[in-house]
Amino acid sequence: MLKSKNATTKMMALVVDDSIVNQRIHHKLLENFGIENQVVGNGKEAIDVHCSGKHFDLILMDMDMPVMNGIEATRMLRAMGIRSTIAGVSSHSSLSEDTKEFIEAGLDDYQEKPLTPAKLVSILHKVNLHV
Amino acid sequence: MDLEKLENDAIDGVAQLQKQLVDYSASLFEEAFLDEQFNQLQQLQDENNPDFVVEVVSLFFQDAERLVNELAKALDQQCVNYKFVDKSVHQLKGSSSSIGAQRVQRACIAFRNFSEEQNVEGCVKCLQQVKHEYLLVKNKLENLFELQRQVVAAGSSLPR
Repeated sequence: MLKSKNATTKMMALVVDDSIVNQRIHHKLLENFGIENQVVGNGKEAIDVHCSGKHFDLILMDMDMPVMNGIEATRMLRAMGIRSTIAGVSSHSSLSEDTKEFIEAGLDDYQEKPLTPAKLVSILHKVNLHV
Repeated sequence: MDLEKLENDAIDGVAQLQKQLVDYSASLFEEAFLDEQFNQLQQLQDENNPDFVVEVVSLFFQDAERLVNELAKALDQQCVNYKFVDKSVHQLKGSSSSIGAQRVQRACIAFRNFSEEQNVEGCVKCLQQVKHEYLLVKNKLENLFELQRQVVAAGSSLPR
């Protein structure tokens, strides 16, 4: 039986960032695109919210966070079998070693901060391809 | 009582305020207090969240104050924890970049260089510079928001 997304299914996103400033901005960015979203403050909270049974179409993952950083959280989510689109969002240049490690942990996309509507559109294209 | 004159004066008053706002805003960009990212923030604001920019800016200053205090304490220690200093400056650099506070961001970049060299004197000087820049932009933004409020108030009191 084919499981397909019907037109009324709303997209759900998860913002993972320890900065209260970025949390607010990314939440609003997504909201403006009509994307319902939840916000957590570090990688461990991202894991916990998945363990509580929630599913997201898109995860915006910051790299540097306390308790559990974005690289570890991405690895763990992939190991748990989570196939959602994970976009790494960080202030590191896309050429740095850390970024490469981040991408190898299982990212579908990487964008340099600060996020803008244009960058979000580019991320959203990746989400559609996943279905 | 000349109603027409009163109306024209009111319209002139609003136009004057609007010009003040435009000029002040332009100067903040010219002097690099703010950059394009601040424009992005303003564009995110809508009628459902008319105070969005003010909210985000407040969050930034809340965060900045906390980080500056923690950095002052960290640099005051006998044995400075440079890993902590670097992390904190990185955070401050990130959030200042997110709201478009360019001069604060630049001051953070200079700070990180001294932190990497583990140069405590350089770090202390940079912290002063960061504090100076964020107090400056805080003041500028407060003026900007006040001007915006005045324009809205004057505009809404115009006879229809």
